[in-house]
Amino acid sequence: MLTEFHDALKDPAAYGKRLKEEGGRKVVGYFCSYTPEEIIYAAGAHPFRLFGAGDGIHLADAHFQSYCCSLVRGALEGALAGRFDFLDGVVFPHTCDSIQRLSDVWRMNVRGHFHLDVVLPVKLNTDSAKAYMTDVLEKFRNDLERKLGTSITEDGLKKAARTFNDIRGSLKRLYELKSENPGIVSGADLYAVVKASMIMDRDRVVRLLPGVVRELEKRRGTGEGEEGKRLVLAGGICNHPDVYRVIEEAGGVVVWDDLCTGSRYFEEVTEGGGSPVADLAGHYLARPVCPAKHSGLYARAERLVEIVKEKRAAGVVFLFLKFCDPHSFDYPYLKKALDEAGIPSMVLEVEDRLPSEGQLTTRFETFVHMI
Amino acid sequence: MSQVLLYLLAKVKKLILHFKKQNKMKEIMTVYYMEAKSARVGGRKVAWITSGGPVEPLIAMDVIPVYPENHGAMIGASKMGVGLCETAESMGYSTDLCSYARSDIACATVNGGPIGGLPRPDMLVCCNNICGTVLKWYEVQARYFDVPLFILDTPFCHVGFAQEAKRYVRKQLDEYINFLEKVCGKKMDHDRMKEVGKLSLEGQRLWQAVLDTTANRPAPMSAFDAFYHLALIVTLRGTPVVVEYYTQLLAKMKDRVAKGVGAVPNEKYRLLWDNIPIWPRTRWLSQKFAAHDACLVADTYTSAWCGTMKYIDENNFFDSMAEAYTRIYLNIGVDEMARIVIGMVDKYRVDGIVMHSNRSCKPYSLGQYDIQRIVEKERGIPSLMIEADMVDERSFSESQVATRIDAFMEVIKQRKS
Ligand code: SF4
Ligand code: SF4
Repeated sequence: MLTEFHDALKDPAAYGKRLKEEGGRKVVGYFCSYTPEEIIYAAGAHPFRLFGAGDGIHLADAHFQSYCCSLVRGALEGALAGRFDFLDGVVFPHTCDSIQRLSDVWRMNVRGHFHLDVVLPVKLNTDSAKAYMTDVLEKFRNDLERKLGTSITEDGLKKAARTFNDIRGSLKRLYELKSENPGIVSGADLYAVVKASMIMDRDRVVRLLPGVVRELEKRRGTGEGEEGKRLVLAGGICNHPDVYRVIEEAGGVVVWDDLCTGSRYFEEVTEGGGSPVADLAGHYLARPVCPAKHSGLYARAERLVEIVKEKRAAGVVFLFLKFCDPHSFDYPYLKKALDEAGIPSMVLEVEDRLPSEGQLTTRFETFVHMI
Repeated sequence: MSQVLLYLLAKVKKLILHFKKQNKMKEIMTVYYMEAKSARVGGRKVAWITSGGPVEPLIAMDVIPVYPENHGAMIGASKMGVGLCETAESMGYSTDLCSYARSDIACATVNGGPIGGLPRPDMLVCCNNICGTVLKWYEVQARYFDVPLFILDTPFCHVGFAQEAKRYVRKQLDEYINFLEKVCGKKMDHDRMKEVGKLSLEGQRLWQAVLDTTANRPAPMSAFDAFYHLALIVTLRGTPVVVEYYTQLLAKMKDRVAKGVGAVPNEKYRLLWDNIPIWPRTRWLSQKFAAHDACLVADTYTSAWCGTMKYIDENNFFDSMAEAYTRIYLNIGVDEMARIVIGMVDKYRVDGIVMHSNRSCKPYSLGQYDIQRIVEKERGIPSLMIEADMVDERSFSESQVATRIDAFMEVIKQRKS
């Protein structure tokens, strides 16, 4: 049932290439879950999320210092090594200082595809920010039309919103099923589904996901698998499926998350009511906020505590990329909010590679035993 | 209350008298910090504001602006950075975060540092035209002090300033005024705002003129002097003090030029500095270069406070602030930064560039390698990259830096001979 998702993740670039050749569709790479992928999809192109390149960063060292996060360095590495040559364009939403400079350096050094910046507002909770968000998305729509030589219609945008709403809805449903019956699917499998949903053909994803939901629904109550200590994983992006397995082996189980490759992506859907672009703007303003954006002083802590309570979790595992400013800045206040609510937590800071498995196991075991 | 007031005023006066005997800059800054610290007694409000933020409306509203970044620089210069950074780390802040932010966050809780902490803010004004760090940092302080926070969101200009961004920032200027009127409980006096705008522009012009004098050979002052004189254009922009101070400084520099007096006694080599100073080591660095007869004649940092004058409309300062504050040096693309650097290379006729790869500051440092390559290619001059941090001395290895400077100067000398 999940092989298609796992296969896509084995070599995302190969998947993208195939999609382009066989589907005859333009492929547009993008960073970060704030990219309005609906608009790319409505243009008839394929939105393809780019993640760090994983192992070995050499070429990017000529452009970025070692104190730049591995996601940014890894992405540039991939581009310089030609691994993203199949892309027709790349979209950079404005989020943190490092992605901001990645966009510049990419524009100046990587050739062969178009380059679009989507300079989103940083402040999301005012009327003027809302007007600006709508303007920016409208501009992105025009830019894309020009770059791709197509037109993006109102109906196309509405359909896109529905498709992505369906995808988000299904992902959320899967999380709920997992949270209710942690044994029915492994964390790594669920992770693969979410991540692959940002890479694979969305028309395919939207058809596949309901099947996965049904399958998990069937597995309910079969008592399959061991239950562990219920945990919430919180941080930026998780690029390390092994974390789930090691946590499970240490006696824990991830029952929800606050990740941009997780619940921050799917928790809110686009509401209708206005023009399609304004509706999308509304969605990107209302979705759970990432620390590189501002939506009130306590929004993130309140949400995290709420998740833990609602999902009856016993603790939180923070997973941070080293050198990630926005997440590091929020950590002390999030931790304090958890402490005050009596929720234990631990931090794991990783670079492009995970610490050794033995080390990881020990840390998780210690934490799981403590809670 | 009035007794306390009188007592404090007397104390301030005494201090002013004391510092009159010392140099002018110290005097101005001391009066300024004394005033800020006793603001409450005088019934005035204090706003903490980011270094690139629009201070003029605060001045027009008679609010005292306080700059945590300037404070950070003072902490660095007085070598108190490591201790405060460690305190922040024990509070859970990662060592990889900006050391201005770390030391300020720590300082607020312990009232330490060279001036016993900054005066408590009544409000916070954060403009993200310099980085995303300030947003997070001001969120932390807004929670800590439980005071209102205004965010001026200046969209990043990768390749220019978009129309919709202009509208957005302009709209926020009105929101900014509303915010100030609410916190201060009084209306903005728009005539006063115009005056402050004029003074601000005048101060910027004079500061640029001061910096321009170093195009002369020998340069009458160095970038290290500029780091020192910079404090006023950052903190008191829009007041007459700044105009007066830089008018005098300009006259002094012109006099030195006329007499052929250089900052470095035997100036043979001229260099450009990039990035924020390494505050705890400015003296050491200055002496190190001077020993090679090299003068750092200009820098990309101190000119940031007068770099967008071309966008300011003298007769409509308020409206034009939107563009001027959005297009500052750190809020533009790396390629445009490289063009500015090349402009400075030509203007100041430098023989090489010294780049501070500053762990603290990602928007300033990420992209430096590309700027370095572009300048080397287009102007054929060598550059040196120093790995360090502006405040946290733990990232500074004196012997290593010394060796690299010596080697770099050898290259420069060979090229010139
Ligand atoms: S948010 Fe953090 S992890 Fe993501 S690109 Fe920025 S610094 Fe890197
Ligand atoms: S990150 Fe850079 S620009 Fe921002 S406060 Fe720190 S030193 Fe200043």
